Amino acid sequence: MTGVPLIEVEDLRIDLDDGSRRVAAAEGISFRIDRGETFGLVGESGCGKSITALALIGLLRQPLSIGSGVIRFEGREIQHLSAAKQRELRGNRIAMIFQEPMTALNPVSPVGRQIAEMFVLHKGKSWREANQLAVEALASVRVPAPERRVKDYPHQLSGGMRQRVMIAIALACGPDLLIADEPTTALDVTVQAEIIELMRNLCAERGTAILMISHDLGLVANVCRRVAVMYAGRIVEERGSADVFRSPSHPYTQGLVASLPRLGSRAALGRTRLKEIAGVVPAITAFPDGCRFNPRCAQATGICRTVAPVADLLEAGGLVRCHHHA
Amino acid sequence: MHEPQDRLDEDRPGEDRLGEGRPDDDLILSVEDLAVHFPMGGGWLGRDRRLLRAVDGVDLKLKRGECLGLVGESGSGKSTVALSILGLLAPTRGRVVVDGQVVTNRPSGDRKALARIVQMVFQDPYASLNPRQTVRRTLEDPLRVHGVTATSEIGDRVATMLRHVGLRPEQAGRYPHEFSGGQRQRIGIARALILNPKIVICDEPVSALDVSIRAQIINLLLELKDTLGLSYIMISHDLGVVEHMSDKVAVMYLGRIVENGDWREIFERPAHPYTQALIAAIPDPLHHAPLATTGGDLPNPLNPPNGCAFSPRCRYAEAVCRGEPGPVLETRADGHAVRCWRADEIAVQATLAATGGG
Repeated sequence: MTGVPLIEVEDLRIDLDDGSRRVAAAEGISFRIDRGETFGLVGESGCGKSITALALIGLLRQPLSIGSGVIRFEGREIQHLSAAKQRELRGNRIAMIFQEPMTALNPVSPVGRQIAEMFVLHKGKSWREANQLAVEALASVRVPAPERRVKDYPHQLSGGMRQRVMIAIALACGPDLLIADEPTTALDVTVQAEIIELMRNLCAERGTAILMISHDLGLVANVCRRVAVMYAGRIVEERGSADVFRSPSHPYTQGLVASLPRLGSRAALGRTRLKEIAGVVPAITAFPDGCRFNPRCAQATGICRTVAPVADLLEAGGLVRCHHHA
Repeated sequence: MHEPQDRLDEDRPGEDRLGEGRPDDDLILSVEDLAVHFPMGGGWLGRDRRLLRAVDGVDLKLKRGECLGLVGESGSGKSTVALSILGLLAPTRGRVVVDGQVVTNRPSGDRKALARIVQMVFQDPYASLNPRQTVRRTLEDPLRVHGVTATSEIGDRVATMLRHVGLRPEQAGRYPHEFSGGQRQRIGIARALILNPKIVICDEPVSALDVSIRAQIINLLLELKDTLGLSYIMISHDLGVVEHMSDKVAVMYLGRIVENGDWREIFERPAHPYTQALIAAIPDPLHHAPLATTGGDLPNPLNPPNGCAFSPRCRYAEAVCRGEPGPVLETRADGHAVRCWRADEIAVQATLAATGGG
């Protein structure tokens, strides 16, 4: 990996202002994504993965804000850009699709118009031209009969079709980075497969990098080349995605991989009691001192309760944040 | 104990009324030819009224102490089957036999008796608990409604049940918001079990929970099944969870069962193309291989396709699959049942591909 990465995040901290004080909802976040690469952020609700994505695309709003750190897009710092400059970047160079396309789409506007708007706003096309491009964009996400579908409103489409429309909007201007935040969580498994394959193929054709965010480690590992696992506002492990599953290094990742019933494991090993991760995910306002996983960790010792571990490089590649990592 | 009740069985006068003595008395639940149709639309004077066949001819059997996994995508009719078993929906056709008693089409007062036998654990423990009731109140109410009035007995049963689900009796005075998601689901389980039911329907019991909490709840459900001698119907779209928990698995598509059998048969030798598609669509974390896609969405249940309902999405479909009548659910000697005209041919093709293709 040489040259300037497409996007580079360095020691990012995101603050949550709860009225009386600021707490760090995420901190020490560093990663880079190269052009055309697929990168995953995995973690449970509240771990900070979605707000990290919102920070990249300049959509953090009160009570959340960037506390410190640097975000570089093609080597240029973008965290302090003006609202107008950010808007130019967003949609044009960095696009995002969300979990629930029904709430992300405008319910009172035909989907064709919502796609065409992208060409008008970002590419200076006339509405007539843009409408024609919208039909092509719908065809490219394999919506049947696109010339009729452009007139449909979001409620007239199924969940899978709505997510296709979202992808058409996101990819309309040929962005360099597509952020997909739980893009298939609301969908059935066969529809999920369709959407993932569509996203994967379109991005590969166009050289678009993907930042995929999900709680589903299996899905992210299948789609992405590299994965960062987040826990309680920090990245605890970053690896090649197959390595995360084969030889997880952080006790939290180990726990996650061991605790999920995987298809085929009962046939191979019989029904064994699932390994549990004790305790609960801490609230943002009550992150523990030291390693944030220590209250739930079987290997925790004195140092884990007081000193936050730094990122250690692993011999096999990747990094882990644990005092006692494998 | 509730008094024995006469079976109201007017729909099928010819059926034998001596069900108690039949050989299948290890069956705790049997659903027979269940159909639930909803009239839709119907403008002025009911013209243009159409029928949505949410469930159309479903047969299920649940043995004592077993877990039956019910699998299928949204709109396949899983939850409608569950609501019919609970007596919350009146079926259009067919009957539900719970512990030897026919429970369909009975006066609504009998739901109370049914509630003592069949209970449900819901998906979202944030939405399914009353936020203004303490845990004690949530657990006491069903007991009172069902005639347990002695304060000491109520207190004992609440405390025992809280211990069963891994909570402390001292926590009974708290409100739902004081608990984490996993603990709330434990409360939901305690509420389902407080009347000592025999059957528990678990509708996506872990999908709203944090990933690191799911194993705790799955282990708890399996433990309780053994210690309390429960039988489960497990509804889930997560095939990993279904495989882990189930003894038998039924796969539904558009209101019908398309495949039914022992868990190992379903997961190791799935015979229906839809079951195969479901299993193939699960991402393999160890490989970047593309996911197997099926093409198309679930068809509109108001306007189901001719013949086999899966035929428009099926890569094996031929003319026979698109013609009426559609395939019937055929049970093989080993109990594995499949609703597909071409299941045998497809199995032969798969074997040839596996041996010939290397």
